[in-house]
Amino acid sequence: MIEEGGGPAFERGGTALAVEDVHKSFGPVEVLKGVSLSANDHDVVSILGSSGSGKSTLLRCINLLETPDSGRVYVKGELIRMRESRRGGLVPENPKQVERIRGKLAMVFQQYNLWSHMTVIQNVIEAPVHVLKIPRAEAVERGEEELRRVELYDRRDYYPAHLSGGQQQRAAIARALAMQPDVMLFDEPTSALDPELVGEVLRVMRGLAEEGRTMLVVTHEMGFAREVSDRVMFLHEGRVEENGKPDEVFQNSKSERFRQFLAGTLR
Amino acid sequence: MDTVVAYLPAILRGTSVTVAVALCSAVLAVFLGLLGAWGKIAPSRTANAVTGAYTTLIRGVPDLVLMLLLFYGGQQLLNDIGAATGWWGYIEISHFTAGVFTIGFIYGAYMTETFRGAYLAIPRGQIEAGTACGMSGSLVFRRIVWPQLVRYALPGFGNNWLVLLKTTALVSVLGLHELVWESFTAGRSTRQLFTFFFVTMAIYLVLTAISDTGLRWLERKYSAGVRRA
Repeated sequence: MIEEGGGPAFERGGTALAVEDVHKSFGPVEVLKGVSLSANDHDVVSILGSSGSGKSTLLRCINLLETPDSGRVYVKGELIRMRESRRGGLVPENPKQVERIRGKLAMVFQQYNLWSHMTVIQNVIEAPVHVLKIPRAEAVERGEEELRRVELYDRRDYYPAHLSGGQQQRAAIARALAMQPDVMLFDEPTSALDPELVGEVLRVMRGLAEEGRTMLVVTHEMGFAREVSDRVMFLHEGRVEENGKPDEVFQNSKSERFRQFLAGTLR
Repeated sequence: MDTVVAYLPAILRGTSVTVAVALCSAVLAVFLGLLGAWGKIAPSRTANAVTGAYTTLIRGVPDLVLMLLLFYGGQQLLNDIGAATGWWGYIEISHFTAGVFTIGFIYGAYMTETFRGAYLAIPRGQIEAGTACGMSGSLVFRRIVWPQLVRYALPGFGNNWLVLLKTTALVSVLGLHELVWESFTAGRSTRQLFTFFFVTMAIYLVLTAISDTGLRWLERKYSAGVRRA
């Protein structure tokens, strides 16, 4: 479902996430040239694109790790309120609102970004205890549950430096799950992994998709995009070039660029 | 030996003054260092310029020159201002205060560089991960930045502390009755300068050895999760 920018034309009941006409430039380079997307609850949306197409920037504009130059972001129907800054561009109107909404949008990074001075379980309970204010004992109990789900319970007291890349990424997924997020954002979660470690992370992500989690996944894993996602979106030079159900998009895409991209990745 | 025993109380008193000056100026230096590092990193041209000038100036001038300048010049400046404005009467800065302020001020510049380097060593992604979880800036600082900042800063901090401890010897020039001043006085009155400075050297070595042990303990405490090569 693509909106050509403009007003909120679509139904927002059951809409987990809506992004409208987001623009973002870094210096003279316009990375996003008006991108819109929406995801309903339980949707898995894969975002594809060659490097520099703006897909990571799009994800980072959703939880405001990057501030969009213009456009609107709704999470569970709630607009992230922005205002014009004196230097031009937007700034959040209320940092507290942004923090609260970020708590509903867990992010998994390409480089895992586990906190290296904390053990796995400490990583997992950190934000639930300090952001969501869940009592420690309860957070530990839930955290251990998440670690079992990603098959890392036996490594709960290890520090990140002593884990493989795949284990670190699964720990990062457990950390994201512990926030009980409404939407999970995955920013190329397998791109930093050795090929033989990719499978274990994808398996966990498939499991999450089957549970009905709402997920936005920036990825280069065509198999995952094709088999797991409900919708595939292809970004090219900061615009949405292709968008639809995986079967349609992969088999008879009208976009020449997407077919070229596919040919390149299926070598 | 008897002469040393006779002067021991004075020398120990001097030692305690040395330790007190060192500790007080280290606290001031750490405070200024954190402030300075923040000023260098903050996205503000003014803050960058002020802290840049501070570290460049301090690190480019000998400690003794700054000490004499601040002790004599600083007192005069304060009293000139007081006399001109009538805001305060004659102020006499004690040797101790002058020593602590100059050493703290000087080593604050070195600490600035130590803390700045330590901050830059923390992977950006870990800070982003905190932000992305909905942590506020202060929570990210307390829970993620600070513990790692201490770890990365400790080796440089230890170095600065040892040099700072030894620099307190310069305060004897201002006339503060610390370890070197007491030993020099004792050595001159008994004509046993060698003996007394040998004792002084031994005391400094004991102080630095204790510091080393403490610093190693701190490094162990803060290096949780660091893979040892």
